[in-house]
This record gives sequence, structure tokens and C-alpha cells, in this order.
Amino acid sequence: MFTLKGSRLPAADVKNIIFFVRPRLELMDIIAENVLSEDKRGPARDFHILFVPRRSLLCEQRLKDLGVLGSFIHREEYSLDLIPFDGDLLSMESEGAFKECYLESDQTSLYHAAKGLMTLQALYGTIPQIFGKGECARQVANMMIRMKREFTGSQNSIFPLTYEGLIDEIYGIQNSYVKLPPEKFVPKKQGDGGKDLPTEAKKLQLNSAEELYAEIRDKNFNAVGSVLSKKAKVISAAFEERHNAKTVGEIKQFVSQLPHMQAARGSLANHTSIAELIKDVTTSEDFFDKLTVEQEFMSGIDTDKVNSYIEDCIAQKHPLIKVLRLVCLQSVCNSGLKQKVLDYYKREILQTYGYEHILTLYNLEKAGLLKPQTGGRNNYPTIRKTLRLWMDDVNEQNPTDISYVYSGYAPLSVRLAQLLSRPGWRSIEEVLRILPGPHFEERQPLPTGLQKKRQPGENRVTLIFFLGGVTFAEIAALRFLSQLEDGGTEYVIATTKLMNGASWIESLMEKPF
Amino acid sequence: MDCYTANWNPLGDSAFYRKYELYSMDWDLKEELRDCLVAAAPYGGPLVSLLRKPWRKEKAASVTAVLEIYSASACLWPWKSGPVVSLGWSAEEELLCVQEDGGVLVYGLHGDFRRHFSMGNEVLQNRVLDARIFHTEFGSGVAILTGAHRFTLSANVSDLKLRRMPEVPGLQGAPTCWTALCQDRVAHILLAVGPDLYLLDQSACSAVTPFGLAPGVSSFLQMAVSFTYRHLALFTDTGYIWMGTASLKEKLCEFNCNIRAPRSRWCSRPRSKERAVVVAWERRLMVGVMRPRASSILGGLFVLDEDSYLVPELDGVRIFSRSTHEFLHEVPVASEEIFKIASMAPGALLLEAQKEYEAASFGKCFLDRFPPDSFVRMCQDLRVLNAIRDYHIGIPLTYSQYKQLTIQVLLDRLVLRRLYPLAIQICEYLRLPEVQGVSRILAHGPVQQKDVSDEDVARAINQKLGDTPGVSYSDIAARAYGCGRTELAIKLLEYEPRSGEQVPLLLKMKRSKLALSKAIESGDTDLVFTVLLHLKNELNRGDFFMTLRNQPMALSLYRQFCKHQELETLKDLYNQDDNHQELGSFHIRASYAAEERIEGRVAALQTAADAFYKAKNEFAAKATEDQMRLLRLQRRLEDELGGRFLDLSLHDTVTTLILGGHNKRAEQLARDFRIPDKRLWWLKLTALADLEDWEELEKFSKSKKSPIGYLPFVEICMKQHNKYEAKKYASRVGPEQKVKALLLVGDVAQAADVAIEHRNEAELSLVLSHCTGATDGATADKIQRARAQAQKK
Repeated sequence: MFTLKGSRLPAADVKNIIFFVRPRLELMDIIAENVLSEDKRGPARDFHILFVPRRSLLCEQRLKDLGVLGSFIHREEYSLDLIPFDGDLLSMESEGAFKECYLESDQTSLYHAAKGLMTLQALYGTIPQIFGKGECARQVANMMIRMKREFTGSQNSIFPLTYEGLIDEIYGIQNSYVKLPPEKFVPKKQGDGGKDLPTEAKKLQLNSAEELYAEIRDKNFNAVGSVLSKKAKVISAAFEERHNAKTVGEIKQFVSQLPHMQAARGSLANHTSIAELIKDVTTSEDFFDKLTVEQEFMSGIDTDKVNSYIEDCIAQKHPLIKVLRLVCLQSVCNSGLKQKVLDYYKREILQTYGYEHILTLYNLEKAGLLKPQTGGRNNYPTIRKTLRLWMDDVNEQNPTDISYVYSGYAPLSVRLAQLLSRPGWRSIEEVLRILPGPHFEERQPLPTGLQKKRQPGENRVTLIFFLGGVTFAEIAALRFLSQLEDGGTEYVIATTKLMNGASWIESLMEKPF
Repeated sequence: MDCYTANWNPLGDSAFYRKYELYSMDWDLKEELRDCLVAAAPYGGPLVSLLRKPWRKEKAASVTAVLEIYSASACLWPWKSGPVVSLGWSAEEELLCVQEDGGVLVYGLHGDFRRHFSMGNEVLQNRVLDARIFHTEFGSGVAILTGAHRFTLSANVSDLKLRRMPEVPGLQGAPTCWTALCQDRVAHILLAVGPDLYLLDQSACSAVTPFGLAPGVSSFLQMAVSFTYRHLALFTDTGYIWMGTASLKEKLCEFNCNIRAPRSRWCSRPRSKERAVVVAWERRLMVGVMRPRASSILGGLFVLDEDSYLVPELDGVRIFSRSTHEFLHEVPVASEEIFKIASMAPGALLLEAQKEYEAASFGKCFLDRFPPDSFVRMCQDLRVLNAIRDYHIGIPLTYSQYKQLTIQVLLDRLVLRRLYPLAIQICEYLRLPEVQGVSRILAHGPVQQKDVSDEDVARAINQKLGDTPGVSYSDIAARAYGCGRTELAIKLLEYEPRSGEQVPLLLKMKRSKLALSKAIESGDTDLVFTVLLHLKNELNRGDFFMTLRNQPMALSLYRQFCKHQELETLKDLYNQDDNHQELGSFHIRASYAAEERIEGRVAALQTAADAFYKAKNEFAAKATEDQMRLLRLQRRLEDELGGRFLDLSLHDTVTTLILGGHNKRAEQLARDFRIPDKRLWWLKLTALADLEDWEELEKFSKSKKSPIGYLPFVEICMKQHNKYEAKKYASRVGPEQKVKALLLVGDVAQAADVAIEHRNEAELSLVLSHCTGATDGATADKIQRARAQAQKK
């Protein structure tokens, strides 16, 4: 398996070559180049092309124009719409979805989302009730569907404080794998002057199959430490057991548990290292300052003037993404910035990071993340109060509300989902009207034979489809809701892309050179 | 089904006959069957009935006769035309109604009037006494007997050629019985006048005598010709039956019975050694089986509950009455082998095996070297037969009839019955090639009904097909388009749920704009692109852009396409829409991508700035102008100072200047671009620390009061590990950050003093957390004391 590259294909003694590609024109050019340079030498090979997730007439036309369409023996599609990531999580992993929908009015990913939902329905039956929020959701529902963020989520710009969220923010989780700096993972040995540290990043897979990770992934980071130390005690106690094992039977039982215990110990060691890495970041003063600013914004303090922390960040040329996230957050929390403030930020950014970023800034404005205040009043406080987006007293160790994921801020989308299941959206009509985009409800009648009464104790399953992307913090919050004993609702999450604030803003950035 | 053979009746040496119920009849007959004209089409075809009464009793016309067609689809309509003499079905399953005046009305299966033809002018005066509809290898023929006792026939109604038969010499009254025969591809009439038989062909009338006819016949009452016209049975008034070849030259057998006024039909299997005639009279049914090379005949008797009609089929007789519809036939050899007592044929073993193992295909291994295809084919055939026998469909074909009829004809018949989904499913199930299968169905199907309006055809098709899975409306539409019915095709496409199928055909039909809106409706962007590229080639540029303008989604998609493929077009699009903001962005991009030379870049930026002004985006315009200024300046710097300046940000340009020691120029630049003081200070601070030019840094720090305070100075010095310099600034840090600064430079003791002085709990804890070294013990104590004191107060 090779990644698609221009010019010649890597030499290999094979007869069949299969291209797995997204149906994008620029990729067709590369494939054509591959095929054309191939034909000139050696024995003939058979080419096949598999489009993921859908065959595209446009791409085939392009291949035809390039004169290579005939070279492909099979042209098929691999309808991989929703990729299961975990027991309750599906994602389409299409990076550009947000940008395409909101910046470029390109509905391709919406179409794929609808198709994916159709597949789900074909497999698991018709979804009887559909609620949606936002223009794109409306379109998907028209093409087929569920739920959506057009209320350009402020939650994306701030730092999540769950374990998984932090790992993603700091190191980036790619397709459920994370790459970590290797230093912490070297077993400490005496006299090993730390000379030959592995240079390659440590790669770990993260999903709920790992017992320990499943337990701590969605916890607020401040609660992770105590869990880890408790676990450590349990495991070492378990290992101590061996001294008590007297009879052959007891020893046998102990040995039979060994693999499991060793796996647990390995996983504990990994997560302790990761937690240390994260702690280094979270205890730094800058992290604290940033958190303070974010939380000030979220609770509506001083959102209408130039923030000196942001100013300093720009002056010290902190990463542009960090600055953009903060500015966007302030803009969202203030329902737009005063023209003067906005222009000041923009000027500062252009002068510091280069004028080419005028395109990125325009993109952010187009997506509504950055905007001048247009008369009217600041709706954010109303929304915040009605939906209880900001909780002052948060119990990070034993959370009682979803706001624990951001140590205070309750993700808007998740709060909406929570209110939908109880007491229903009718109670918050007013706020829904303030949030951008229409909200709607559709019912797909089931044949009477298929309608079944829910047994008492049987949970209602709600599929939440985040068009544009979902963050790990939102996922954590939804999982928290699923686990609530009196919740009565189980959530399955589907999305166009798993993302974090950085990757989200990054998808909107444009570099002309 | 414990006993498959319960209804088998042994007749003759080796044959069994069996009668079983096909359907229970659900027809709504108001009259007795015997009062109706009834006709059934062969090969399990439809039935038709028409009340005979009104014409029998002449003036009772107040009763409206109702013509009823059954089985395919119950449909009935009042009969308004003249009195009908005979009904019959053509091979194409068209209903032929022979009227008394010699007119023949042809109806479709659904009672739709097809056409009308006449059996000759002569008939107008003489009326039609009797008529027969018969089937030949050319098609279906009609033979009539006129009031003048003359015969006229047409061997093929679809290619009407009337043949008037010669006069029968000395014929005074109507013949006692007659039938149409078909021998050597020529249709004849065989008629009986009393004891005499005559054969009429086109040129002559010849008297004939059946070979070996027993003497003493005074009158022939009935004659029955076999399905294949090969055999003939004659019945006389004495109850004598003669059976022989249709040429009358060979006698098969004869026998006597006590039947009067019988109705009889042949009932035999093709290639069977047995020949049988079914004779029905009153409510009894006798199967007369002849034994080859023996002149005796065996009679088997069935009792019928009701008046019944017999319909000859290829391999048996269909018998229907008011309440049931049965089939009587000779049990095929294969079944016989299976079920005969003590049979050891493979089939019988298989049955045993199936009983044991419940798996029919298990039996395959009972046969050595048996190719599986015929097994598979047989299973398929059986499924098809089962499907069409379902009472909703109502075509009870036997296997041999099915083989004789062929699948193509069967499909045509399904099409006639408008059972398109079933027909298509059968095609797909049997994997028939497109030409024979699906397309054929559609070609023969509704699309060709030219007389119906597009709207109606489309609706009718939709009603019939509904949303049956596997039915492709686009295929039908393509067919309609092939027949030149574009409008119908478009209407049909409306029912096509898959836009992916709609759009290409619409494009082919040159309905590109419709295709575009369909594609957009579907949300499938790939389709939209396809249509767009098509449109682009089809329309001139102006029209194309206008079309796009009315379709915002298509427009934004096309913009996407242009962004990657055709930048120039993108510009034109923005120009057309007066979208100056996007034009500005476009030129900005161009200034990076397309232009190498400074002049070119500046020109592109100027265009961008102009566009921004037009878009009333003052900020962007000013910023772009700034950028132009910066570019020119960077160019000059490169010329004068050397080094690389182009495309650095303003911030980095200033930094580079400072790092290069060009402080004056840096200051100038900062002034020109009005860099805010705070940022400039940060900038200088960072740059000087990077240079480790501590002297200059100190000078700078004293140039005026720092707008960013002095903590950053401390921090940056510590970052460069210069504690000495850091300490210089620590003392100048404002009171609120003093503790932090002192801690940074490591002066824990003094930090403690300041914190205690401030009486600030947070600061105290901060200092305390820094008290780690052994020397800090005293400081820690001091803090604890201060805390205790504070608490006392």
C-alpha cells in the first residue's frame, strides 16, 4: 500500500494495481501521470480504481480527457461513508466539510452525509423522528435527516479540559492514533545517559477497547490523576498477590491473570506518561493565562474591548491559530466585535503574521466566526443564561453536568441535544430563534408493524449527526449524558469529521504560497 | 400432500390421468354458465363470458348484456354493439367478437377497443349463424357459417384475407356440426350433414368418409379436433365415437357409449403413446383412452358438480365451471416415475431422499455425471411457473405448455396484462439478455401506445409499477425517447427516484437545464458538475453564465471547480456578479501565484485594492495598499542592504532590520506603518534579547517608560539565562508583578518580603511553593509567621 504520488509508481512485482481515491480532480491528474509513466516500461499491469465514497462522473470524464480511462479494468466505488471509530461514534473523516459547507456552499459532504444516513437506515431501520438545527441540516433532511451546528460553535475555539480533548488539542489525534514525543516513554535505566533517545514519535492507538482509556478518556483532566494513582495501587496490589499464592491452583490462577495484568500495567504506564506530558502543558503559566481569558470570554467579561492577553500573544508572535481561536471566541461571545476592535485585531495580525492572511481573515468572516457587531444587542448572554452554558460551580471529579468537559462551559450543541430529549425544544423556542439557521422537526412514519412500544428501562437511542465536525469534548459530554442513570437516552454520534479547535480553524485558513 | 397420487386415475396400460383444481373461480356470474357465450384462450389464457340470452329470445333486449373478461384483470363493460355469435381469443390474446352482421370487433385484454373488420358484405344480408376462432401456425383465424349455409374464413386475422369456401352441394339446412381444420398450412372446413362428411378447401368441396367407420351412422353430432390438428374425434347420435387422424385416413379406435349431446375435447400429451378424448355430457366427464394397435377403448369417468366448459390445451384440458377451474391431464412420465408404487427411478429415490433430508438438491448426487445446468434451469422454470400461477396473475401453465409457448411469448403476455414488474423480475431472474428481456418488455410495453397522452401513459406506468424495487424508470424513459416520445420520457423520469439515472438521459435528450435542476435537487454534487461541464460546452459563455446565475448552488460549485481548474473563468464569474470582495481576494491570490516580478505583484495588488474599494471594504483596501508599500520597501531594502526581505511580514521585517543592526530604519518603518508602541516594544525586546545585545536593550529600556511593563524584560533575560541582566529589570517591575519577577530571578527572600508587605495570600502561596532549596527554610518560616499574623488580625 502506497500513498498517491506523482510521476512513476514504486517498482513492485505485481500484476494488479488498485487506486483508492477520493473523487477529486487533482487526484485524477496524479493517477493519470502514474498510469502514463507506467505504460512505457516493463510488463503490462492491470489498473483498477476504487472511488471512496462514491464514483464520480466528473472524475471519470477527467480520466477520459487525460486518455487513461480505458486503462482501468474496474472502476468501482467503495461506499465508505461513515467510518466506525468506537462503539458509539461514527465519522466521515472529510476534513474539508466545514469549509465546503460554510465557505464555499459546496454540498458534497452533505450529500455524502445523507447517503451515509440512508445506509444506516437501511441497516437499522427508519429513523422515526428527526430534529435539526441549521441551514445545512435542513438540506440534509431534504436530501434525507438529524442535527447540526450552524450556531457557529464557540465551543470549538476554546480548550477542552477532558483527557482525550487535551491529548487531541496538544498532540492531535489522527484517525484514533496519537503521536507523542518519545522521551517520556523510555524505560528509565541506570547509567543510560539518555544518549540514544528514540527519535521516532511514539504512536499509540486510543479507543474504548483499552479498559483504562475508556474509563478516563472523558474525564476532566483534573480527575484523571486520582484515577491513575488508584489504578496503580490496584495493579501493584494484584501483582503482590503472587506472594500469597501458595497452592499450585492459586499460582495457576495468578498466572492465568498475568497477561491481562501486564496489559493493564502497560496501559497504565502509557497513560501516566501522557498525563505527565499534558500536565507540563496545563500547569504552565501561559496555559493558565489563556484558560483565564477563555473563561472570562465565556462568562461574558470584557468581551467588547481589545484584550491585552491577545495583544501580547500577537506581539510575541504566538502561533497564529491560537490567536485566531481567541479572537473568534471573543467575537462569538460578544455577538461580533466593535468595528474598531475588529480592525485593530486584523491590522495587528496582518502586520505581524503577513498580509497574505487577509484571505484567512476573510474566510473567518465569511463563516461568521469573526464579524463586526451589527447594531442590535448582544445575544450571547441570553443564550448563555437560558441554556445554562456557563456553570460556576463545576465538580470536575464527579461531574453532575456536562459543563465539566470545559471546566465550566457546557457545549451548546450538547446542551441542545440534552434539552431535546427532556423537556423538548418547545421550551427553548426563543433561543432557537436567536441561534442562526432554522430548526425543524420531521417525522418518518413507520409501518404500524414496526412501531414498538419501548419497554420500561429500555433506552431511547438518539443519533446525533454533527455536520461540519465534532470535538472530543462534545463527544465526552454526550457520553456523560448516555451514562446518566435517569437520562433514558443513549446517544450515538455521527459526524463529518472529528476535530479540535485547531484543526477546525486550520481548515478555514488559506495560504496563497 | 401425503399422497401425491390420490387423484390419479389409471387409464389404459401405462397412463394415469389426474384432475386437480387450479383455482376456485371468483367470477361474479349472474346467469348459469350454459346461458353464456364463453371463450377461453389457450395456454392458460383469459376467459370471456357474454350473456347469450338477449339474442336467443329475440326481444328481450331490455337486459343489457355485459361482456366480462376474467383472470388477467377482471374487467367488464356493457355490450352495446350488435348480437354476438361467437367469442374467441387470438394468439396475441386479443378478444375477437364475431357479430351477427359479420363484423368482428377486436378488443385488447383490458377491454380496450383495438379494431374492427368485416367478414364480407355477403354476410350483411344472410347473418352469421355460427363462427369458430381457430389457431394456425400463422396466427388466429376466423371461420363463419352464414345464413346461406356458406363458409367464409380468414386464416389470419391480423393479415385479413377472406376466403369464401365453395358451396356444399345439396346443403339445405345448417350442418349438424363443423370445425375448422388446419392441414399442410392450409385451413379447411370439415362439416357434417347428417351422415355425410364434407371437406371444404379453397377450390372444392369433397365428400369424405372416415376410414373404418362403423356402419349405421345416421348423424354426426360433434366433432373435436386435437390441439395440434392432428387428430379428430367424431360423435354420432348412436353414441358411437370414432377417433382417428384429422385426414380421416387412419382410424385409431372406436367405441360405443351412451352419451347424447356431448361436448368433447382431445386430451393428450404431446409424444404420448396414449390418445385420449374427454367427453363431457350433462355433469359427467368421460376420458376415453385409446390403446394403440387395439380397437378397444377404456373409459374413465369423472363426475362434475356443475356445468363446465372444456378448454383444450397442449397437454390436457382445462375445465371450468361457476366455482372451480380445474386441469385434467395425463400424468407426465417423470411424475409417474417418481410417485408410482415401488418405482426405482432416480426421481423416486430423490423424493425419498428429500423426505429424509428435506433438501431437494441433495438428490443431484443420485445421478452420475449429471450436469447441473439443467437442474438449475428446471428450478428456475418452476419458480417462474409458480409465480405466474399465483391467482393474482392467473396463468396456469404446465411445464410442457410453457416450453411450447417459450419465455418470450410468456413475457409478452405478462406485458399485455400490464404486469411489468413481474415480467422484469422474471427477466432479471432468468438473466435474460437485455434485448430479449427488459428492453423487449418496455419496447412492447406501454411506451408504444401512441394513442394515449404522455401524461396518461406516465401515470399508468407509475400506477402499475409503483416503487417496485428493480424497476428502472429511466430505462423505460430511454425506451420512450428511443420511440421519439421525448415528452413522455421526461414525464417518466419524474418517477425515477435516482437522480443519477435521470440526469444522463436528460442530457442526452438535450434538456440540459432540466438536468441541471434535477441534479441540484438531488444534492449530488458530482452530478451537478457533470451537467455543468456539459452545459459549458453546449451553451455560449453568456448563456452559460446566465444559467448559473439562476442556480446559486451550481454557481458556487462551478466557482469551486474554476478555483482549481480555470482561474480566469473564476474572475469572469466574479466580474459578472460585481462581486468585488471576491475579486479582491482573487487578485490577492493572483499576486502570489501568478506574478514573479515585483512590478507585476504590485499591479495585481493595486487591482485588488481597487476592487476592495468598490466593495466598500475600506479596511481590506488600506491593508492591501500597505502591503504594496511594504513590498516596494522590502525590495529597496534588499537592493540596499542585501539579504532577504521579500514576503516577510511587517513584524518580521522590522525584526530583521533590528537583528541586522539597522535600528534607524527599523524605527522609521515602525513609524511609517504605525506599529503600536506596545507591540514595537515587544518586538524590540525580543530581537535585542535574541542578539544578546544587553547594552542596547538597557538603553532601550530607559528610552522611555515601558508600555508593557518590565516583567517581560525579566522573563526574556531569564530565557537567555542571563540572571545578571534580569536582576537589573526586576527592580523596575511594577508592584503587582514584582513578586513574580523576583521569583523569576531566584530572589526568594526578597519576593517573600514583598509578598508579606502586600499581604497578598495568593502571592504568599506562590512564594512558598518556590521555597524548595535548603537555604529557603528561613524564608518559608517567615511566610508562615506572616500568615499566622494575618489570620490573627
